[in-house]
Amino acid sequence: MTMPSQGPSGKLVEMNWDPITRIVGSLGIYTKIDFEKRKVAECKSTSSIFRGYSVFMKGKDPRDSHFITSRICGICGDNHATCSCYTQNMAYGVKPPHLAEWIVNLGEAAEYMFDHNIFQENLVCVDFCEKMVKETNPGVWERAAKTEAPHAAEHGYRTIGDIMKAVNPIEGDFYREALMMSRLTREMFCLMEGRHVHPSTLYPGGVGTVATVQLFSDYTTRLMRYIDFLKRVVPLHDDLFDFFYQALPGYHEVGQRRILLGCWGSFQDPEVCNFRYADMTNWGRAMFVTPGIIVDGKLVTNDLVQINLGIRILLGSSYYSDWQTDEKFVTHDPLGNPVDGRHPWNQTTIPMPQKRDFDEKYSWVMSPRWYDGKNHLALDTGGGPIARLWSTALSGLVDIGYIKATGKSVVINLPRSASKPEARFEWKIPKWSNTIERDRARSYFQAYAAACALHFVDKALQELRAGRDKTWESFKVPKDAIGCGFTEAVRGVLSHHMVIRGGKIANYHPYPPTPWNASPRDSFGTPGPYEDAIQGQPIFEENPPDKFKGIDIMRTVRSFDPCLPCGVHIYAGGRVIEQVHSPFHFEEKQR
Amino acid sequence: MPTNGEHPVVHVLWINAGLSCDGDSVALTAAMQPSIEDIVLGVLPGLPKVVFHWPLIDYQNGEEFMEWFWMASRGQLEPFVLVVEGSIPNEQIKSEGYWTGFGNDPKTGQPVTVNEWLDKLAPYATAIVAAGTCATYGGIHAMEGNPTGAMGVPDYLGWSWKSKAGLPVVCVPGCPIQPDNLSETLLYLLNQVAGNAPMIPLDENLRPRWLFDLTVHEGCDRAGFYEQGQFTKEYGTVECLVKIGCWGPVVKCNVPKRGWMAGIGGCPNVGGICIGCTMPGFPDMFMPFMDEPPGAKISSRTVAIYGGLIRSLRSMTLHTVDKETKWRHRGPALTTGYRPTW
Ligand code: SF4
Ligand code: SF4
Repeated sequence: MTMPSQGPSGKLVEMNWDPITRIVGSLGIYTKIDFEKRKVAECKSTSSIFRGYSVFMKGKDPRDSHFITSRICGICGDNHATCSCYTQNMAYGVKPPHLAEWIVNLGEAAEYMFDHNIFQENLVCVDFCEKMVKETNPGVWERAAKTEAPHAAEHGYRTIGDIMKAVNPIEGDFYREALMMSRLTREMFCLMEGRHVHPSTLYPGGVGTVATVQLFSDYTTRLMRYIDFLKRVVPLHDDLFDFFYQALPGYHEVGQRRILLGCWGSFQDPEVCNFRYADMTNWGRAMFVTPGIIVDGKLVTNDLVQINLGIRILLGSSYYSDWQTDEKFVTHDPLGNPVDGRHPWNQTTIPMPQKRDFDEKYSWVMSPRWYDGKNHLALDTGGGPIARLWSTALSGLVDIGYIKATGKSVVINLPRSASKPEARFEWKIPKWSNTIERDRARSYFQAYAAACALHFVDKALQELRAGRDKTWESFKVPKDAIGCGFTEAVRGVLSHHMVIRGGKIANYHPYPPTPWNASPRDSFGTPGPYEDAIQGQPIFEENPPDKFKGIDIMRTVRSFDPCLPCGVHIYAGGRVIEQVHSPFHFEEKQR
Repeated sequence: MPTNGEHPVVHVLWINAGLSCDGDSVALTAAMQPSIEDIVLGVLPGLPKVVFHWPLIDYQNGEEFMEWFWMASRGQLEPFVLVVEGSIPNEQIKSEGYWTGFGNDPKTGQPVTVNEWLDKLAPYATAIVAAGTCATYGGIHAMEGNPTGAMGVPDYLGWSWKSKAGLPVVCVPGCPIQPDNLSETLLYLLNQVAGNAPMIPLDENLRPRWLFDLTVHEGCDRAGFYEQGQFTKEYGTVECLVKIGCWGPVVKCNVPKRGWMAGIGGCPNVGGICIGCTMPGFPDMFMPFMDEPPGAKISSRTVAIYGGLIRSLRSMTLHTVDKETKWRHRGPALTTGYRPTW
């Protein structure tokens, strides 16, 4: 093998990984790497699947929309079903009984627990396991084997190396234990929402779940087993992630991007939420995860109305024809605010399949952006937890005993469990929006969701004990109406926008987190968050180009928790000096 | 060829890049009877050694991962079971681009479509499993008005297609698939490949018989209410759901009996209407989901007296919903009702 020829600013080697495994959906990564400077030179992001939900939902009965949209995602479909029910509740003007909302919250809390757990331990952590670290950074492995784990007493692994062994795929005992826990939490989910991942018991107006004492006992006993497990999970990941900062100085630059985070809030408080748009600012702020947009560490807004009005859908490098922005479905929101032509309420999806061309159009993913009055900001969700904790911390509104948001941090209190005493975890706002902090937040948010669930069980049992056991409210579908719903899918912001005309769906546009994170360059040329985070990141892997695994890039991509039933590819463009189709099968090619 | 005692290693190649949500991959991680660990670690008696090439949890990435598929397409991986997840779009209805790709063509740098993979791999596969309703019959992405012309694997390969070992496409429907239904079918096939089990028994829609012979209604614990004529008009009660959208009487599925996981959850048994998600006619023939199924009126009113008549009326309805809609097919014409703009 010859070394790449010398370009004007170093040697650039084009490398791609397609598909990226251990995510949901098909993701590919195309990078060009400057091995001399040990940096990723440039990066683009593209998707390989189009299914056309917004297209085929037109003309259907609006009451079918939660069943249909659930099928958008096979790991967080219930988040879509929930968001769609919120949207329908607004459109139909129905407020579900309190008990129904507590049941939905309990189901969604179980979804966060399940999904973050399986993703973190069985998909992400493989990038930090013994096998992988030995293959990519033997020096780091040697050090890990010798480094005592600061929280060994809590999690039971003496050294960092022991932790790395425990997360080896299938063979590692912690890997297998986590997989079992992901089933326990899915059972909790099924208790509330019937089936994982496309719920059978969610409806506009409430739930079909039969609320009995047994339902909540079955849930709580499992929840306490999970909490016992979590008391090991959080310190274990703190140890593992902190070790990377120590062992590889400068690792904080991996996956680092400007702090541009969005969170649309999660878990309604039925005591405040009436699903009326006019009151959305108020009930949005009452959510148990506070919505918010954070730019450079500052809270820009936590008002769902403002958040809603700022959403813009740009096409840029994606395979669609533009729509007529002057023919609007919705000119003004119910408060009288003008609604933009590029807002999801006014969007029409017009697919235009074509060849992939990285200089032109290269993706099935559109580019959602948030317009702050001056700029179309490419917000990311950081995979969900980091944005949720950051937003909740800054707003300082949540205070339920089990959880307190302090303005700088989020404090989580967990009660005594089978093998562990009470525990108090504090997630502090980090210095960076980077790979390690995205991953760390994922562990803390599991504790957050579990603590919320304890509160929701208390509340649900209060309703039940007071004899208020109804879980559904009837409604009529209006001939003409609009609705929107906001929640947090597991990996970040989720919105649904619906327009009903003549009793049928005239327009329906869901925006899950992945389009925000995985978007390609938009019509202003602004790269999407993956592109942005990977581009310019340093490379710490010790392998030479012919054995290069791209582990630091993989860690960054997975830190965003890609959920790509809409498939994404990442490509690094620029001057192609040498093309390496695969880091495994190195071959030379001039272009 | 790597061997384990007398048995060869069986490779499971998994394509999740049909038009899918990956829910069937996720479902397999939920399965416990058997679990994925049970299969991979070989803890079940007689099971051959199995190596999964499964995007959801695979250690390898990119072409290192894809190389297994390329090897199989050259006939160099033997034996293998191909699992397909997601509906197969119609790539013939347009002149450029792709609806879904899986890896790249080294010659063109363009994505290799799932359709091309099916063409390449089908001749060499010992068995093909269509996992989930999208892959079996088209499912949600094959709904009326869809732009991609989506269809199921048997629609694409042909309903009479047989593998070189004489197996038809094995269809395990469900949206998503009930976790243990999938892992158990895989287990059966692995045993069959290892010579421990006879030909898998399938019905006319290629479903494993022991999983799909009975209707939802026949396994529903609310059938007592049905028989007593207690039909709820509201969600969240314990009575029969037929008046608010349950299609249980004409749907083949074991979920109310088996539960979703470890006997927990399900559909009508826990208060969720059956929307027929395992059926060839799903979703169109069951929409709007929240309305009373046509025909339920007479059948629920007269059930007690005319049991026999009801059964024959029902088998007529079953016959309709057990068939796919007519627009799921190959060829250059898109007949879903969507007017292409390309
Ligand atoms: S709920 Fe559905 S499946 Fe159960 S008895 Fe009623 S009609 Fe049959
Ligand atoms: S009972 Fe009906 S809705 Fe539930 S899984 Fe079976 S077919 Fe699908």
